[in-house]
Amino acid sequence: MTTQTIVQSLASGLLMGLLYGLIAVGLALIFGLMDVTNFAHGEFLMLAMYVTFFLFAFFAIDPLLAMPLVAAALFAFGAVIYLLVVRFAMRAKTNVGMVQIFATFGLAILLRGLAQFFFTPDYRSIPTSWLGGKTVSVFGVFLPVPQLVGALVAVAAFGALYFFIKKTDFGRALEATREDAGAVALVGIDKNRVFALGWGLGSALVGLAGAIMASFFYIYPDVGASFALIAYVTVALGGFGSVFGAFAGGIIVGLVEASTALILPPSLKSVGIYAVYLLVVFIRPRGLFGSI
Amino acid sequence: MNNSFALRRRNDLIMAAVLTAAAACMPFLVKDVYVQNIMVLTLMYAALSQSWNILSGYCGQISLGHALYFGLGAYTTALLFTKFGVVPWVGMIAGGLISAMIALALGYPTFRLGGHYFVIATIVIAEIGLLLFHNWDWAGAALGIDIPVRGDSWLKFQFTRSKLPYFYFALAFCVVAWLITWWLEDSKWGYWWRAVKDNPEAAQSLGVVVFNSKMGAAAVSAFLTAIGGAFYAMFVSYIDPDSVMSFQFSLLMALPAVLGGIGTLWGPVLGAAILIPLTEVTRSFIGGSGRGVDLILYGALIVAISLARPEGLVGLFSRRKKETAR
Amino acid sequence: MSVPLLETRGVWQRFGGLIANSDISMSVVPGEIVGLIGPNGAGKSTLFNLIAGVLPPTQGTIWFNGEDVTRMPAAERCQRGIARTFQVVKSFETMTVIDNVIVGALIRTTVMREARRKAHEVLDFCGIAHRADKLARDLIPSEKRRLEVARALATEPKLLLLDECLTGLTPIEAQTGVELVRKVRATGVTVLMVEHVMEIVMPLVDRAIVLDLGKVLVEGKPTDIVRDPRVIKAYLGDRHAVG
Repeated sequence: MTTQTIVQSLASGLLMGLLYGLIAVGLALIFGLMDVTNFAHGEFLMLAMYVTFFLFAFFAIDPLLAMPLVAAALFAFGAVIYLLVVRFAMRAKTNVGMVQIFATFGLAILLRGLAQFFFTPDYRSIPTSWLGGKTVSVFGVFLPVPQLVGALVAVAAFGALYFFIKKTDFGRALEATREDAGAVALVGIDKNRVFALGWGLGSALVGLAGAIMASFFYIYPDVGASFALIAYVTVALGGFGSVFGAFAGGIIVGLVEASTALILPPSLKSVGIYAVYLLVVFIRPRGLFGSI
Repeated sequence: MNNSFALRRRNDLIMAAVLTAAAACMPFLVKDVYVQNIMVLTLMYAALSQSWNILSGYCGQISLGHALYFGLGAYTTALLFTKFGVVPWVGMIAGGLISAMIALALGYPTFRLGGHYFVIATIVIAEIGLLLFHNWDWAGAALGIDIPVRGDSWLKFQFTRSKLPYFYFALAFCVVAWLITWWLEDSKWGYWWRAVKDNPEAAQSLGVVVFNSKMGAAAVSAFLTAIGGAFYAMFVSYIDPDSVMSFQFSLLMALPAVLGGIGTLWGPVLGAAILIPLTEVTRSFIGGSGRGVDLILYGALIVAISLARPEGLVGLFSRRKKETAR
Repeated sequence: MSVPLLETRGVWQRFGGLIANSDISMSVVPGEIVGLIGPNGAGKSTLFNLIAGVLPPTQGTIWFNGEDVTRMPAAERCQRGIARTFQVVKSFETMTVIDNVIVGALIRTTVMREARRKAHEVLDFCGIAHRADKLARDLIPSEKRRLEVARALATEPKLLLLDECLTGLTPIEAQTGVELVRKVRATGVTVLMVEHVMEIVMPLVDRAIVLDLGKVLVEGKPTDIVRDPRVIKAYLGDRHAVG
């Protein structure tokens, strides 16, 4: 193992990690807003990838250009899911907390089934895109262009999100609602509207991630499942609800995954991530940046 | 003043006896091997879900990693049998004990975690187990273990001529799991678990040792789940990591209880009786083409139940009447 | 004066830079009803939680029945005979009223029949026996308060800690609450109650301990307390700030 290979894998790990962060941040946002974990998050990613694929297949829209469209589609989808499903799951009086988990799990299974039914279980890919298959060399380190662009988009998205939460009215309403939903109602902010927009925003972010992923990853109905667990680990690692935590968590997960792959056989590369997750929560039960 | 309560407990027992007798007669009415197979699976999942329900339903610690214990039961039995010629009955108990001990060892750090951190930890731990078995050459790695036929006897728990013995074992397993739950429900443990689920802080103030309660529930739950795994290994006579330890099993153990009623005595049985035949039938008649209709039905059912009847379908039978009477 | 049942010796509690309790020494003797009062932010709840075993104090010791319980977990204290209620009621919402109480009774017996009998007895004592088979979440607030007391009594405590259990009730409900506390004391249980509103507790308690700014301001008979200028000042100042 040379320094070259180590630097090379850490660099790709970092890029992948930023993408993981982007995949996960929507989850963190929603959790922070309303203490709900969307266990269908992976399927949201899957849908975003299919939307990207079909935009390409039918209208020849490059994934890069499709990004805003996919984000918009997912925004609408997320808001609708909140209004149709999650809103009702939160009203349960028995098994509080469990109902939400299983409602979104059921949703995940349903979405996967629908994808199989309508899109078939076949593996799809976007063969030619502006970015696909290209690499650039930075100081002798080869970086795949799609991942590089994905990482840049992730950084930009995090920056925009930060600005959005801190500086805009809606962002402040979001912050206020997560602090105290009851009091917010008194001030006249419609809780359901804020929650629906929160779900929309969170889903739009995973939409961005999906559009990028579609350009270098196979697209199939179960694709979400493999990334969902990573997303949960990312969010939990950073501390549920912390947007910054998801960003940092993503980077850690990417780097840990890459370093594990250097040491252990490739089939075990996820073990490193899982082990780090357990290690972190055993020491800090609310994640690295979670409030205690 | 205690009469209504004692009466209800007794009625549960009578109901269970009647259902068991009815189930025991089923193979004489239904000779079709395919249907019998579904009945075996239904009974097995009812028992597994009952086991899951102890930790997650009664004690409120949602585990989505029970596939680990299922797999450990299956692997312990299969390995002891194929490598050392140990009869499956011993392997079954050994698997149960190993699972219970691992559950305790894992419970030590994980039970400090709250809510979603705990759920994700259970998924992640089972996933690590799965990956390790994938790479453990002595245990067959990804190829798994083919359990050779060594006879046709109860001692070896292998039956080549008829599947019926498996059916009766699954029935006995289901009945035992139900009886254990029935007994625990009206014991100190049962009350402690429900108290821990509803409000750990208040439970503590009333002398409930929260941590020990969770540990007890985890051990019982893991032990029973592993028995199910051991049975499954002998029943299908071939196991590999994905067929006994994948996340799908964790979900399949939870869903009957979710459907029937989390933290209820009859929920897992009712849920399994609906869910397993439904999935098996849709899978073979419609879903055979891989078009995912089974998943659609399944997912829609779970969503619908979670939203419309979060207390599960058993509520339709009992609570409803009480509430309208009020 | 007899040997104290409960005693705190030089107890301090700091949260970061905030001093919630500073050097509090107080005691409760068997058979007393003691009121722990003081304006908002006086450190009553903190002291209450230290005694109940929610967290250990930063400094100082807590003695119960001649035993050092400073670092003993809440569950074990309950075993020793300290029971509590919560200011914000914490019923086991999805369990029936009787089952709520059985949880408490199970600390003294593992025979279910016995626990159930005991629970019924306590519910009767607290006047909510007619609600035994309802789910706790279906109770009205004043009944939930009674359930808290019933649950605590089922553990057969020597010392009952009541956390603002009379606050927020209607005058009639509060009056029946006062009766209940008297009845509890008549069975030989010592009572330490935290209350914010003086008017409710003063006629009830044998002795009051007034906390202000984390310190014991004054303690004594309720008739003396209400006339003490320091107490009046502390409360008026508080009211002023609130009003």
